[in-house]
Amino acid sequence: MSDRLPVLKTYKLYIGGKFPRTESGRYFPLRTKTGDLVANVSLASRKDLRQAVQAARAATGAWAKATPFLRGQILYRLSEMLEDRQEQIVRELTATGEVSTKTAQEEVRTGIDRIVYYAGWTDKFQQIAATVNPVSSPHFNFSVPEPIGVVGVVCPPAQGFLGLLSALLPVIAGGNTAVVIASGPSPLCAISLAEALATSDLPAGVVNMLTGDRSELLPHLKVHMDVNALSVWDSSTEEQCEVRSLDEDNLKRFVFSTSGAAAGPQPILAFQEIKTTWHPIGL
Amino acid sequence: MRKNDKAPEQTPFAAFVDDETYAPAPETSPVSIKDEYGLFIDGEFCAPQSGKHFATTNPATEETIASVAEAGEADVDLAVQAARKAYDTTWSRLSGAERGKYLFRIARLLQERAREFAIIETMDGGKPIRESRDVDLPLVCAHFFHHAGWTDKLEYAFPNQSFAPHGVAAQIIPWNFPLLMAAWKIAPALACGNTVVLKPAETTPLTALKLAELFQDAGLPPGVVNIIPGAGETGRALVSHPDVDKIAFTGSTGVGKLIRRQVAPSGKPITLELGGKAAHIIFADAPIDQAVESIVNGIFFNQGHVCCAGSRLLVEESVEQIVIEKLKRRMETLIVGNPLDKNTDVGAINSRAQFERIQTLIDAGVAEGACLYQPQSQLPERGLFMAPTIFTGVAQSHRIVQDEIFGPVLTIQTFRTPEEAVAKANNTPYGLSAGVWTSKGSKIFSITTKLQAGVVWANTFNRFDPASPFGGYKESGIGREGGLHGLRAYLKVGG
Repeated sequence: MSDRLPVLKTYKLYIGGKFPRTESGRYFPLRTKTGDLVANVSLASRKDLRQAVQAARAATGAWAKATPFLRGQILYRLSEMLEDRQEQIVRELTATGEVSTKTAQEEVRTGIDRIVYYAGWTDKFQQIAATVNPVSSPHFNFSVPEPIGVVGVVCPPAQGFLGLLSALLPVIAGGNTAVVIASGPSPLCAISLAEALATSDLPAGVVNMLTGDRSELLPHLKVHMDVNALSVWDSSTEEQCEVRSLDEDNLKRFVFSTSGAAAGPQPILAFQEIKTTWHPIGL
Repeated sequence: MRKNDKAPEQTPFAAFVDDETYAPAPETSPVSIKDEYGLFIDGEFCAPQSGKHFATTNPATEETIASVAEAGEADVDLAVQAARKAYDTTWSRLSGAERGKYLFRIARLLQERAREFAIIETMDGGKPIRESRDVDLPLVCAHFFHHAGWTDKLEYAFPNQSFAPHGVAAQIIPWNFPLLMAAWKIAPALACGNTVVLKPAETTPLTALKLAELFQDAGLPPGVVNIIPGAGETGRALVSHPDVDKIAFTGSTGVGKLIRRQVAPSGKPITLELGGKAAHIIFADAPIDQAVESIVNGIFFNQGHVCCAGSRLLVEESVEQIVIEKLKRRMETLIVGNPLDKNTDVGAINSRAQFERIQTLIDAGVAEGACLYQPQSQLPERGLFMAPTIFTGVAQSHRIVQDEIFGPVLTIQTFRTPEEAVAKANNTPYGLSAGVWTSKGSKIFSITTKLQAGVVWANTFNRFDPASPFGGYKESGIGREGGLHGLRAYLKVGG
């Protein structure tokens, strides 16, 4: 071992393309089983969440309008950025000693391949979901999917990296922007992932990453009037019940998913609206 | 309508063109071209069993660029064997996702070297650097990238149906978009799990051979793609090889029919992308200036060496004069010259044979009584250059209206009613593409539903995208390339 003292990283939030500390000044210490400090993680507040939603809303127009090809290019770039960061992510996943190195390595490789998988979907799910509708009048009538807007993504607690990607990728591949509440037990890799996102030409605000207490933040996300949909992963029955019963007034879509759910275009289409256009045929 | 066609031409902008000279702006990025290329078989470049080589030339100078091996029957056999071995031992055993990662790699390597490939494409084929740089290469990269993503998603393209790759695909491509056609053929074939033997055209083999070098860099397993240059004889040997499972050809309708006849008894699946004689219909209510730009792009893009070129202009009678006047004025500004110059609009005709064929058809047009117009542009003193050409006063029966010219030659006819426009547009054995210009949306759909063409551009022209199917009705071909529909050509789908 070298006698050089390592420089430790400060884990902050990722909002609107920047890495701010939580405005609340709160933190929670992430420790190993033996009680050693791994890092002080930002405990995001309701105000951080509102700022994240604001940033996500501001980013919707440009990202939804970006060509599907460009979205694919950017996601593929993300896989390139992470291929080189594998060791770092593994270190972060195994830092508290809950996950073995072998399991973490497998998780990271699967996660990177999943990015490539969704990079390929950006310009294909439309062709599978869109229809030309044989209406009985002289009209050209077609239906196409369009992104729903701002989606709140509440990640599964297990598999901090793969779980986050599985929840986030279908949302942004389809042209939505996201406010992500990262896994509680393994929040570090979420911020490293944000660093990779920030260097993949992903426009600022498309993904906003919060670390903190899921049970504190989820209700705020649920009632926020500028969030169009919620993607909640590995939710307990009690939590689902609570989320469903919270008052909100904008008919937010919510999708509860379980880790390991089947892939395919369905996770993307869950966060798309279908737009049907009627156009007359005639001289 | 021929009333003013024989009048002396007034070209108000001729003086402007004469006075204004552009400083040369040649593309100067370095490229690497070897003096001699072998055949690319089983992952290696090798000397041909045929012992033959041919020269590939730069049509802008008619100088030799490189000597290229010509594949004979024995070489074709080796290439097919290599493709079969690769199919059996490596390619068909890979998961879709891993196959896709090779294609993503290829797309990225191409993006990195796009400029170099564009320059070589322009040197070997004569197209303006602006087109090879801004159209061909971006589309090539996008085509590999798009299909890379399909490899592990085919079950969603053909839900509730069984599907499997054919095996070894024999592919023959033309000289007008050499690398783009290679991409259109190779990317979907590999994405669906086939291996490939590809024959590039004899006048433009270089970028396909450079692509082979790139496959080596990408670590693509040997034999997955084999590239064997040659002319008609090589093609004949390839499509009639008994161990080939699938045939794909892009080229002339004449050769396409020969191949179909040759392959038909075997029952092997075949896709053909053949010639066209696209109608470009301009209604009086169209945005005329934009339409004129589209007419220019439609016929002078790539010197008119485009199977879907808008080679027959059909213009509504009431706007005929204004359209022709604006078109002529626009033609005066086209710069015909050194394809490597970034100012050049129209490059060199691909080969002497093609140059002579176009000239023969132009002569036929004049002989049949049509009125020829060419702008007073300066053509370079040497090299295969041809002035942009339009014919007015033509009849539907004229050879220049019926035959695919595959050069910078436009015929102009008029119509009075939409029905007449559609009738004239459809009055050809071809059915590849068509264009419609009108500001009335309902009219667009009324016309597009009546046009017999595989691709119809409305208020635009010559648009291509890897997600968009391309291919012809009638004698313009069989099958589609691109997007979800194009995948079917490279899979056995059933059940």
